[in-house]
Amino acid sequence: MPCRYPYVTGTSMLGITYKDGVLLASDTLGAYGSTKRYKSFERIRKVNDVCVLGASGELSDFQYIMRLLEELSDDDFCMDDGHHLKPAEVHSYLCRVLYNRRNKFDPLWNSLVVGGFYAGQPFLGTVGMIGTNYTDVHLATGFGNHLARPLMREKHRPDMSEEEATELMRECLKVCYYRDKNSINKFQMAKVSAEGVTISEPFALETDWKYKLFENPAANAAGAW
Amino acid sequence: METAQQGGFSFDLCKRNEFFAAKGVQHPGFTKTGTTIAGLIFKDGVVLGADTRSTAGSTVADKNCEKIHFIAPNIYCCGAGTAADTENVTGMVASQLELHRYATGTQSRVVTAMTLLKGHLFKYQGHVSAALVLGGVDFRGPHLFTVYPHGSTDSLPFATMGSGSLNAMAVFEAGFKDDMSREEAMALVARAIRSGVMNDLGSGSNVDLCIITKDGVEYLRNHEYLQTKTYERQFPQKFASGSVPVVRERVYDIRRAVQVVEGEPMEMEVS
Repeated sequence: MPCRYPYVTGTSMLGITYKDGVLLASDTLGAYGSTKRYKSFERIRKVNDVCVLGASGELSDFQYIMRLLEELSDDDFCMDDGHHLKPAEVHSYLCRVLYNRRNKFDPLWNSLVVGGFYAGQPFLGTVGMIGTNYTDVHLATGFGNHLARPLMREKHRPDMSEEEATELMRECLKVCYYRDKNSINKFQMAKVSAEGVTISEPFALETDWKYKLFENPAANAAGAW
Repeated sequence: METAQQGGFSFDLCKRNEFFAAKGVQHPGFTKTGTTIAGLIFKDGVVLGADTRSTAGSTVADKNCEKIHFIAPNIYCCGAGTAADTENVTGMVASQLELHRYATGTQSRVVTAMTLLKGHLFKYQGHVSAALVLGGVDFRGPHLFTVYPHGSTDSLPFATMGSGSLNAMAVFEAGFKDDMSREEAMALVARAIRSGVMNDLGSGSNVDLCIITKDGVEYLRNHEYLQTKTYERQFPQKFASGSVPVVRERVYDIRRAVQVVEGEPMEMEVS
């Protein structure tokens, strides 16, 4: 069975833990190659009251994965014993699913970020399309690894407040929007904390294109641009 | 060659390389500078920054190489890509500019360096693998250009190149403002290079800075040491008291053999 190619893709997915929870953020673009085809695609979805899943890569595979997780959550709901999947369990389950598909040479073409808050501890884990998985205090996929991770490494502290974490996340989203071709200025941020899961409405960020030296770059150098 | 070379690149040796590759001969590796280089224009001039790691494949070839090259007294150039290419192309342009200065009697302009570099690189169609950040101050003011291996250039207020360029660019995008002071600019460039050193495997060791203004150049070689040794062996070794068990102790009163007298220190002959 040949390896497939992704068709409709999402770009970077960012996640950071802070003192009381976890933040995930991404833009809302489903790109079809270089075309910005679906501009309102929710790439961060709620799994249950303690866990969210964010995906980059092939978005149809993400929708399939959400269906698998919904089936698991429905089983829990039908059991009606008050239990639900813990974030670490969701992460572990997704590792197995993705690794097994990779072994059959038919991968789910995603880089997933699982964010949750359980038993007073924030959880943040990632699974790649070949099954590589790990947990960390801040994560990113795709371009976010090169653009956002350095800023997160500089500024993250385990006892960050929600405001500081939100500010850091917005800075990372802005830099990713500036320097990633397949991105748009429309973002969503999800928060998982003791109060539960909130996924924000789409928002835009202020961008600055008016640096003095961007105007007329060839003023002192004819032939440059 | 039978006919005279009209100019341009002779691809004969490339055909020879392909012939060898087809026969299964391995190419020797290049010493590349997996690199983070960056430049920034501030109120009074330009700050250039670079890391100091030079790699040959997965090995670090030089832990403390100099990637900020001299082009003219008022123009410096950071180089990423193949080390031989960056060193030789910047050296060549520096020589050409020096001759040009003698011919014209004026200070070199940054656009002249840029034009010489891009002309040379375009002629070689990207085979000269030099990605440069060229900065300097001339009578028209501060300039910063990026020059790509195929010969294109950009004129920018802040620029990064090399394998660590995205890491450094993230810091610039988050922190750049118009008309920064010299200290702010130095701090931001050092931060950007540090971001490359910490987050990119191809960049490492130390941070070099070069600040160019119309009043002169400050070349801060190894401005920051980022890979300090956590343990330095002490020489001579100091052992904590009590670490050696005492087997036998004998105390001598040496006042019986030695007389202690207060005196003036002698003048020493140091010649």
